Amino acid sequence: MYSQGLIGADDSTHEDEEFLARFQARIDAEEKIEPNDAMPQGYRKTLVRQIAQHAHSEIVGMLPEGNWVTRAPTLKRKAALIAKIQDEGGHGLYLYSAVETLGVSREQVTQELLSGKAKYSSIFNYPAITWADIGAIGWLVDGAAIMNQIPLCRCSYGPYARAMVRVCKEESFHQRQGYEILMMLCAGSDEQKAMAQDALNRWWWPSLMMFGPHDSESTHGSQSEKWKIKRISNDDLRRKFVTATVPQAEFLGLEVPDPELKWNEKTESYDIGPIDWDEFWSVVKGNGVMNKERLEARNKAWDEGAWVREAANAFALKSQEREQLEAAQ
Amino acid sequence: MAKANDDLFEYLIRLGDDHLILGHRLSQWCGHAPTLEEDLALSNIALDMIGQARSLYTYAGEVEGKGRSEDDLAFLRKEHEYHNLMLVERANNDFAHTIIRQLFFSVYAELLWEILSTSGDEKLSQIAAKARKEASYHVRHSAQWTIRLGDGTQESAARIADAVKTMAPNIQEMFDDDAVLQRLVQTGVIGDVAVLKAAWHISIAEIFSTAKIDTDLLETVAIGGARPGRHTESMGHILAELQYMQRTYPGCQW
Ligand SMILES: [Fe+2]
Ligand SMILES: [Fe+2]
Repeated sequence: MYSQGLIGADDSTHEDEEFLARFQARIDAEEKIEPNDAMPQGYRKTLVRQIAQHAHSEIVGMLPEGNWVTRAPTLKRKAALIAKIQDEGGHGLYLYSAVETLGVSREQVTQELLSGKAKYSSIFNYPAITWADIGAIGWLVDGAAIMNQIPLCRCSYGPYARAMVRVCKEESFHQRQGYEILMMLCAGSDEQKAMAQDALNRWWWPSLMMFGPHDSESTHGSQSEKWKIKRISNDDLRRKFVTATVPQAEFLGLEVPDPELKWNEKTESYDIGPIDWDEFWSVVKGNGVMNKERLEARNKAWDEGAWVREAANAFALKSQEREQLEAAQ
Repeated sequence: MAKANDDLFEYLIRLGDDHLILGHRLSQWCGHAPTLEEDLALSNIALDMIGQARSLYTYAGEVEGKGRSEDDLAFLRKEHEYHNLMLVERANNDFAHTIIRQLFFSVYAELLWEILSTSGDEKLSQIAAKARKEASYHVRHSAQWTIRLGDGTQESAARIADAVKTMAPNIQEMFDDDAVLQRLVQTGVIGDVAVLKAAWHISIAEIFSTAKIDTDLLETVAIGGARPGRHTESMGHILAELQYMQRTYPGCQW
């Protein structure tokens, strides 16, 4: 996945009006913007911020699921879980490459993740405590990610849009795999079914928060929408997600933990109860159960890998020198 | 005939356990590797290891004929019933230890699969032919890193030397002979494994020479060996994690 509503974007821009109008005309004509094209500073900055946040989310998202690799209940599930986490790492790689097309290096944005300055999807600050959580993450978290990302396939920035096409295919596979884990649990023992219900109880609301604040609260939405980076509003995406997901929960025989959930004949979608935005902002600000561990794990991997990366660079340099020497002789 | 099947079962279990436990170790890197590229590469190798373990266990279950599945064999045995090499239990420690452990095992595995790909046992020869291709990728990956780290910085060279010292006592166990192997050679299930040791040392010496690693580090007193059921202290912890779900919720489908 995993983008959430972009947090803290600065889309201010200082170009003259003629330039901006010409750029907007290209956007309105649904032309894709490519790396070497002229673009407003604000457009570039918004994209760097959003794609980097998205990439970081893929990478941090490897941790809660990685926590279950050594304990997966069967060899088939273990292999599928490793392959899924590997896909997420791959998504991180494409997305960092997309950031690089905007003139910012992977190292730069990585440093911002490690220092805690950059954000990633807050959902990964929740703990994955049972095997059912692996099912719920695939079903709900990857599911919400797909909802967010399908419109990004039509994003005005070419490299991001193209990365999303490939990523979305893999995400839908992850979602099916997660759902299948829960189907097995729900067809199993009482204890297994209770495990599935417990996971839904804990992951439901955080999944809905993945779409970001309500449209009425969202300050940067409109410019992003005008530039066709974001094409569907947070609330519309959330509504679509709930409407697609509730019947899936019913099929499993699980209860969605929202007493106010109600079908709305007029909109042909579900109305939901109030989202606890205090919890959302608290987790965004670093007070989730796992915020500290997630950042520590990323920093530990980075710090302990430093000597490896240095050695690889030193070796590459030596090899180059040896080649030049041979060529000279 | 029963005896022949017992031997083949035992052999499949040994190989399956090697791959399962090494795959388990590698999978512990998932999300924690020195680079994103290595996260993907180590996961790939872990996946191959687990895939090979699955084929070997499935076949072992068929040979045994008691209806045990790959998961019964992977998750529901006691510690002493796992017959893997101690080498594969060795801790991940740092990236150098992980790479040297992999190099030692994969060079061995590639040579072994090559021999087994002409096994008189058709099923085993099929498993071996597929696994051999995967093993040669693993050899390439770990050899490249051995060379980069051996000939990288002073620190990386020191870490690689330390890793070689840690793993060297577990070289000999890969080549230990016993009655099971002898009978399997006699019946043509496995080819001449006596050549493995020399071939392994030739390959490693070549890689070490490029990597500027002293081959004297390989000369050491062997620890462990002659397989059945001997383990390091790590094994109990590995099994505690590996078996957690199957032991906590017996008889469930997942
Ligand atoms: Fe992803
Ligand atoms: Fe995914």
